[in-house]
Amino acid sequence: MTAGDAARRPALHADVRVVRGGSPITAAFDVAPGRPLAIIGPNGAGKSSVLAALAGLLPLAAGTVRIGGRSVDGLPPEHRRIGLVFQDYVLFPHLTVLDNIAFAVRMRASRTTARTAAEPWLDRYGLTALAHRRPGELSGGQAQRVALARALAAEPDVLLLDEPMSALDVEVRAEMRAELASHVREFGGATVLVTHSPADAAALTDSALVLESGRVTQRGTLAELRANPATPYVERLLEASSD
Amino acid sequence: MGRRTAEPAARLSWPVAVLAVTALAFLVLPIVGLIARAPWGELPELLVRAPVLEALVLSFGTALGSTAICLVFGVPLATLLARAGGWRALPRRLLRAAVTVPLVLPPVVGGIALLLLLGRRGLVGAPLEAAFGVTVPFTTGAVVIAQVFVALPFLVFAVEGALRSANRRTELAAATLGASRWQVFRFVTLPLVAPGVAAGAVLCFTRALGEFGATITFAGSLPGVTRTLPIASYLAMQSDPDEAVALALLLLAVSLVVLLSLRDRWVPGVRA
Repeated sequence: MTAGDAARRPALHADVRVVRGGSPITAAFDVAPGRPLAIIGPNGAGKSSVLAALAGLLPLAAGTVRIGGRSVDGLPPEHRRIGLVFQDYVLFPHLTVLDNIAFAVRMRASRTTARTAAEPWLDRYGLTALAHRRPGELSGGQAQRVALARALAAEPDVLLLDEPMSALDVEVRAEMRAELASHVREFGGATVLVTHSPADAAALTDSALVLESGRVTQRGTLAELRANPATPYVERLLEASSD
Repeated sequence: MGRRTAEPAARLSWPVAVLAVTALAFLVLPIVGLIARAPWGELPELLVRAPVLEALVLSFGTALGSTAICLVFGVPLATLLARAGGWRALPRRLLRAAVTVPLVLPPVVGGIALLLLLGRRGLVGAPLEAAFGVTVPFTTGAVVIAQVFVALPFLVFAVEGALRSANRRTELAAATLGASRWQVFRFVTLPLVAPGVAAGAVLCFTRALGEFGATITFAGSLPGVTRTLPIASYLAMQSDPDEAVALALLLLAVSLVVLLSLRDRWVPGVRA
């Protein structure tokens, strides 16, 4: 995939309302290709539920999800072309690294075709030496690479990242942030990142949306949020991260 | 492969080492004794005797039958058990306890209980005889029922463990990668669960093959009808010890094959 593709990738429009554990979660936003959106918020704010709704894993109580102007409401997850990187990666424990990455292509082509298609991803993500390992034999950083490569090998229109750094050791986070940012740039499509860490958000984008208790409390660039925090949560969060 | 830093070998203090080796000897020496005293020369002749062959055919037939029944009913029960995670504590614990009972109950007690349930004057046995003229105890069917009773928990717990490893999120991840429902089952659920089902079936078969107490109580020891290998071996011990040892070796051989086929699959999901 070349940089030229990015321009032709579709934008994401979301206006979603879901109910999780009895309480409603509402969020509306647009994401342009190549300009990721970070959804920031405390634990339990409903961030992951928003991603699940976009991916079709959680039914909408109201609203719509459109990709490039085309509604995906009512489509099951397998027909949405939305890649999701889970917080704990959820790799297939019975498949090798190669077959994990080949999975999406394998669903519509032969095993040989799928493995051939997965080869370049191994190379690009520095996983060639680990191709025949099982997920149980990987470090956190390696598992994250596999999860991202697996999602992007499906050639999705939209990429969703759920707390991609939270399962990593603190020492490798900074390095993995830079790596993740470069892969997301390369992808170039509409990307949504869920995180409670301003540092994770800043590595990928400056466009942010704050979700607290199921409601959007502020949106803007990270600089705008810092300069003019709308809630005590935003103020505390960005204060703590400024040093 | 050295995928984790190896832990330094902790040194054992000598009393621990002595006791551990004693325990190990306690487990291994009886097997060594059996093999050492076996009448190897007469073995081929002993194993083709009519009563031995009869018991062999009956044992494998009933154990295979009870394993099949355990698969048909045990996999759904394991599914129920795996899903019970979200239940209230009391019904969840009662369900688990009910499945565990045959594991901790002396098999003879199981046999007596089956007799009281399915015997001529039993809770289910009496109406069964009145309505259809069917008597269950002391038939080959009774052998299978006794084996199912003692072996079912082995299958249920092995499959339950496998089902837990194939959790819902793994299936959802497959769906986001374009897998249809059928493909999720074919490429994710089935391969994750199959090793556990296979291990459970093998354990279940072994337990059924070795079943003695519940069988002799509930089904008796009629040659060719209910006299399985363990019962034949026990009875032969009083009349023809060589034949008893030959039968014991046969059962030991089956156990070893099972042990080798399972290797590190005792705990499903740890290493698929």
